[in-house]
Amino acid sequence: MTSRTLTGALIAGLVAGLLAAALNLWALTPLIQEAETFEGATVHVHEDGTEHVHEAAHSHEAAPEGLARSFGTVATTLVAYAGFGLLLGVGMATAARMGHAPGLRTGLLWGLGGFAAIQLAPAVGLPPELPGTASADLAARQMWWALCAASTATGLAALAFGRNAGVAALGVALVLLPHLLGAPQPPSHDGLVPPGLAAAFATRSLGVAALSWALLGALTGLLAQRAPRGALA
Amino acid sequence: MMTFSIARLRLDSETLAIAFAAVLGLGLVFVAGFANASAVHDAAHDQRHAIAFPCH
Repeated sequence: MTSRTLTGALIAGLVAGLLAAALNLWALTPLIQEAETFEGATVHVHEDGTEHVHEAAHSHEAAPEGLARSFGTVATTLVAYAGFGLLLGVGMATAARMGHAPGLRTGLLWGLGGFAAIQLAPAVGLPPELPGTASADLAARQMWWALCAASTATGLAALAFGRNAGVAALGVALVLLPHLLGAPQPPSHDGLVPPGLAAAFATRSLGVAALSWALLGALTGLLAQRAPRGALA
Repeated sequence: MMTFSIARLRLDSETLAIAFAAVLGLGLVFVAGFANASAVHDAAHDQRHAIAFPCH
């Protein structure tokens, strides 16, 4: 059961990663490329108050372009979702050993829980952002992101599997903790990326993630499910 | 006695498999989302923004 759950989770991760990569290239990469025309640009304000933007000549000279860029996105999205799948499989395999058999429906719940822990909760403090958006120190944001994901995941597990009010209260506290501490914020949110573009990016990023995690969870549950009688185990 | 030790053995190998998957999973997420090496960063750039890993 355990090895089937983990192998299935890895396969589900690659399948969900393909979906996420396709949706990213379609719905998100164009917004990133549009934002890059603003990144590194300077706003020039005239004496009469009108302003215009000087575009940066070449802001990402060394970064790959064209097919190489798309290939990088697809490959690293697959790596990320293979990792997400394995971690989801670890959770489901552990729960299975405590008597919570995996299946399609419980898998879907696991996937939505993963979406909440890895995407939604971190996005509350650090919204998905485009290049050129004002943000705080990178290491501080990475620390907070990791803390938020781990704390939310543990809190949701306590809420889902806890058997008494004390464990449930601990779960609520763990879900709230990162937001009470607060994510590192920039001194000001002034940036060169138009607000409408930033809003579209944040919502699309969460939408793509929700779909991909739902597929990841449901497929992991389906593959881990006890095989029908007579089938090869 | 025999059954007990076999059950124990199976338990331990499952625990190991779960621990191995956890380490591998965390490693893959680290490479995709956090590794600083510039080749990794450049390839992962758009994906990091899309998945909302802190980037830049």
